[in-house]
Amino acid sequence: MTDFLNTAAVHASGLSANHSLAAVLSGRDDILVMTEQAHNAALTPDEPGGLSHGERAALRCRMARQNAETALADHFADLMDAASSEIADPEFDGGADARLAAILRHTDLVTSDAKSVVAGDIDVLKGAGVSEDDIVRLSELIAFISYQIRLTIGLRLMGDAL
Amino acid sequence: MSDVLHDFTTTVPHWRPRVTPIKLEDATPDQLDALKVTPSNTKVSDYVLVLARDSETLRERTPLFNAIMYNRGGMSRAERELGAVGTSVVNRCVYCAAVHASRYNVLAKDTGVMERIFTDEDKAELDPRQQAIFDFSVKLSQTPPEVSKADMEALKAAGLDPAEILDLVLSSALFGWANRLMHTLGDPVEKED
Repeated sequence: MTDFLNTAAVHASGLSANHSLAAVLSGRDDILVMTEQAHNAALTPDEPGGLSHGERAALRCRMARQNAETALADHFADLMDAASSEIADPEFDGGADARLAAILRHTDLVTSDAKSVVAGDIDVLKGAGVSEDDIVRLSELIAFISYQIRLTIGLRLMGDAL
Repeated sequence: MSDVLHDFTTTVPHWRPRVTPIKLEDATPDQLDALKVTPSNTKVSDYVLVLARDSETLRERTPLFNAIMYNRGGMSRAERELGAVGTSVVNRCVYCAAVHASRYNVLAKDTGVMERIFTDEDKAELDPRQQAIFDFSVKLSQTPPEVSKADMEALKAAGLDPAEILDLVLSSALFGWANRLMHTLGDPVEKED
């Protein structure tokens, strides 16, 4: 069983066993451990489909950078492979690779402006050859880290203020 | 498509998928396990049948979701729903907002808070404690890097203890996840009856 203090969100927040909030966090240790299990399920699944483990780490790193969440971005940068690392650069738009360009467009849109997503945005992915399974995999990846980034930032601020 | 709902409502709409749901009869053993389908429980929503395309994540998501919203102790269930609604308003997830606003109304036995939120959205004026909870949830959802120590101080000043603040962070953040699935993978439409 993972120790809740050794989960990516808690680790990146800087909270540790000697902080007075550790006792509060231990009251939700099940949730923090389940968060780590979801982190692993969307990052290194047994069936990655059309999104390799390296691409997943790089996409997460990109999204953490877009939210100025440096500690989590560093965590994911350590898990990237060289082939996928340019994906982690928020300025990189996929270049001539139409499928990758559609994936990055969608990632950026859902990360920063989820409310503006319309049916046509899903059609863009389909039109670029992203399978329906991969659309759901990508959506879970983006959605999960949006949660994890907010959890990490919230925990860090709790540590600073409480 | 003109039947898509864009205004917030406490009447839970129908959800129309943009990605084809899997067919239950074609589900793999892994998918059935993630769907928690048993001989006595065979009703599965289109939403979950869409998410079953990523069964490894779905399996982890369901118990985590329930733990954050329903586990004992910490912040009240009604206030967790308020955090969920704050996030859902920011992300304009009409479906999530409807589900969680209606749960709030039942738990809190009060419809006034959600009426004000649905009218004035992120500018809604509420009682001090509700205001602190709602404002924090809105800000954490909108621009995470801009949340500051002062926002934590505001929660403390409104009387939230650290365990309650942790539950607020969790429930608000969780809907950053849920909204990004529900709002992007389908449309809220009026229920046909």
